[in-house]
Amino acid sequence: MDVISAIPQPAPAPDAPLPVLAFQHVSIAFGGPPVLEQVSFTIRPGETRILLGPAGVGKSVLLKLANGLLRPDTGCIELFGHELAYAREHDLFHLRTRTGMVFQEGALFDSLTVRDNVAYQLIQENVSDEEIDARVHEALRFVELDQTFDLFPVSLSGGMRRRVAIARALIHKPELLLYDSPTGGLDPVTSTTIIELIVKQRDVYRTPSLLVTHRLQDAFTMCTHRFDQDSGRMVPLPAHQTDPNTTFLMLSEGRLIFDGSLHKLVASTDPFVREFLE
Amino acid sequence: MALERIDRTAKQIVLTLQDYSFFALRAFLNLFSRPIYWADFLLQSDIIGVGSLPIVVLSGLSTGGVLALQSAATLANFGATAVTGQFVSLTMIRELGPVLTGVMVSGRNASSMASELGSMVVTEQIDAMRALGVDPMRKLVTPRIFASVAMLFFLTILSDAFGIVGGGLVTVLMNHQNGTQYLNMAWEHIRFPDIVQGLIKPLFFGYILSSIGCFYGLRTTGGTQGVGRSTISAVVNASVLIIFVDFLLSHIVITLFSSWM
Repeated sequence: MDVISAIPQPAPAPDAPLPVLAFQHVSIAFGGPPVLEQVSFTIRPGETRILLGPAGVGKSVLLKLANGLLRPDTGCIELFGHELAYAREHDLFHLRTRTGMVFQEGALFDSLTVRDNVAYQLIQENVSDEEIDARVHEALRFVELDQTFDLFPVSLSGGMRRRVAIARALIHKPELLLYDSPTGGLDPVTSTTIIELIVKQRDVYRTPSLLVTHRLQDAFTMCTHRFDQDSGRMVPLPAHQTDPNTTFLMLSEGRLIFDGSLHKLVASTDPFVREFLE
Repeated sequence: MALERIDRTAKQIVLTLQDYSFFALRAFLNLFSRPIYWADFLLQSDIIGVGSLPIVVLSGLSTGGVLALQSAATLANFGATAVTGQFVSLTMIRELGPVLTGVMVSGRNASSMASELGSMVVTEQIDAMRALGVDPMRKLVTPRIFASVAMLFFLTILSDAFGIVGGGLVTVLMNHQNGTQYLNMAWEHIRFPDIVQGLIKPLFFGYILSSIGCFYGLRTTGGTQGVGRSTISAVVNASVLIIFVDFLLSHIVITLFSSWM
């Protein structure tokens, strides 16, 4: 099997912007066989990377490594130029405030209202109530859920919770977004709504992001669509065009077996990639 | 095979003990550096202190009453029913007040802490909190521990007081003895070491019940079943440790104040 991490990566151009996130030969195990082995990739400013792979392959683990929620056994992870592997937990809290993370089931605080969930970071920073309310309304309008301001998460549907989680991740204007299977377990219509929001975020704010999914359809939609600000809707790109800043990674048995564009993915001869695509 | 299992279990126990020690130490040290979440401290004080008031008052009242009831018959054999007040007050202040309050509050609050934090772990709310740049140790654990310590101190005083009142009610209304004599005996024989012993214990018990509740809550694995397991472990271990530490503290205080007692 063709293993990307084992192949020497081409050196970036001298004027290429520094990566926001860089994994170098990262491995991690939880007392058994390695969950991730020798994984290397980068995310540069403006890039959206979609991490594909079957369920249980270590995608969520990789995402939690990206902002230091887990520590690798070996290898090096650089977030905004800071090494995470050996940093103290205390130092990581500040770095994490510069990222936004959307968890698989939303992970909203069920004892807090939508307003307090979305404003969680701002409340901790003692921002004034007026400013908090204004920014929460703005973030909720972005995900088209302004009417849920005073509700508790328990009264929201699964799709609405994910959208609130996106609003919570965006409110602090993060420099990197991490999405953990944002459409997992949702019906196709709600999934499209979530993907539309992610595309809107990508095309409006251009925040670099790493999105984990096992749904190929969502990944392809992101690559072949753009957000039209005039109509306020996601529209398809012209035939045979894809978003140049949206590229793919694929994990299999803990190893990164693909790193490239949609065209390269479709043309790949790797048997695992072919099986996954078909 | 059996030896291997014993070896593995022993290592697991030592490792858990080590993890708990670091956890309890970190929670304590967090109180001396920023940020300190005072609003959470007050909220937890309300939940733990005010919320536990009815069970502590009722258990204190009943325990004092039972002590008076049971001791009266035995003391009557020696013609010493007059010392019922002394017996009830010393037993409540030295032992039963702190231990009963500790065990009752542990049943109510260690379980609620373990299940609440455990549910937060399995629904990724703890990870979400860390991802938002907030330390769950500071935000969730430290306020709960210090609210428990502060509230258990006052709850124990209340339990002692209601225990003495309960004993007095039984003495007067059921044993038909003199209430003034009961109160005099209860008051006059309390010495400084008794008070020290009775007020030091809840500080330790509050720390034990809350740190164990939070520790097991944050170690939860295995979904909702895991939350149940954590809750059971928290209550059982907190209760057993409270009784064991009570023995140690009693021994230390008795040794230190041997000339007073």
